[in-house]
Amino acid sequence: MAVDPSLAGRTFAPTEPYAVSREKILEFARATGCGYDGGAAPATFPIVVAFSAMTGLMTDPEVGISLHRVVHGEQRFSYTRPVVAGDVLTATLTVDSLRQIGGADIIGTRSEIADAEGRAVCTAFATLVHRGEQ
Amino acid sequence: MTGWSAGDALPEQTYTVTRADLVRYAGASGDFNPIHWSDRVATSVGLPGVIAHGMFTLALAARALDTWAGATGRVAEVGCKFTRPVVVPDDETGVDVLVRGTVGSVADGAVHVALEVTCAGERVLGSPRAVLRA
Repeated sequence: MAVDPSLAGRTFAPTEPYAVSREKILEFARATGCGYDGGAAPATFPIVVAFSAMTGLMTDPEVGISLHRVVHGEQRFSYTRPVVAGDVLTATLTVDSLRQIGGADIIGTRSEIADAEGRAVCTAFATLVHRGEQ
Repeated sequence: MTGWSAGDALPEQTYTVTRADLVRYAGASGDFNPIHWSDRVATSVGLPGVIAHGMFTLALAARALDTWAGATGRVAEVGCKFTRPVVVPDDETGVDVLVRGTVGSVADGAVHVALEVTCAGERVLGSPRAVLRA
């Protein structure tokens, strides 16, 4: 079953606020071998928040996505500033594009990640490939 | 980044990836997809075995960017397509991921870097690229 064609252009509710701790950044830095001096979190750290927004999309029963048929096709981050400990972040996901190629849905998403004051921190662009039933 | 100019090759970085690294990354990122830790599930969906998270490989590319920049928090943009899986064997040796970078352009305080990320001689990320704040 293809996903709901009216999905393109839809913006989902922001994710629950995520409080970034020094310990969580350190855990991520250790897991990836990146350095952490108490300042900027590793560049791909915002995936933790973006992943939560994507999970919201993929598990929304009205959207019609089967989680086991989703492949992460593409990911890009554009930063206004690095994430630091003490940030309280939310991600607001919009479906920018929806195409069908060879029975697969190609879902282009953009998650705007903002701090507690609503100021932009980072934009995470992800392309999700939802494979059709073979 | 002082003295960088277009065409400069940045020193190649080699990172060894083991199953333990994937378990650690799963915990740090919150991505517990079993294709990254269970051979049974990975082979059931047609993969040769457990594969690294695409976002883990991109995190290694970001780690190389920090190394080249000589500091954290300089990445203004980073992204790629996930084109080929990094298969991680269930042994102590793991597998090597190589990250190479070439300076594309240096202008207005922004340094564009074209990346090449390979495993066993094959490119695993498509069009990986980044922008660093000079």
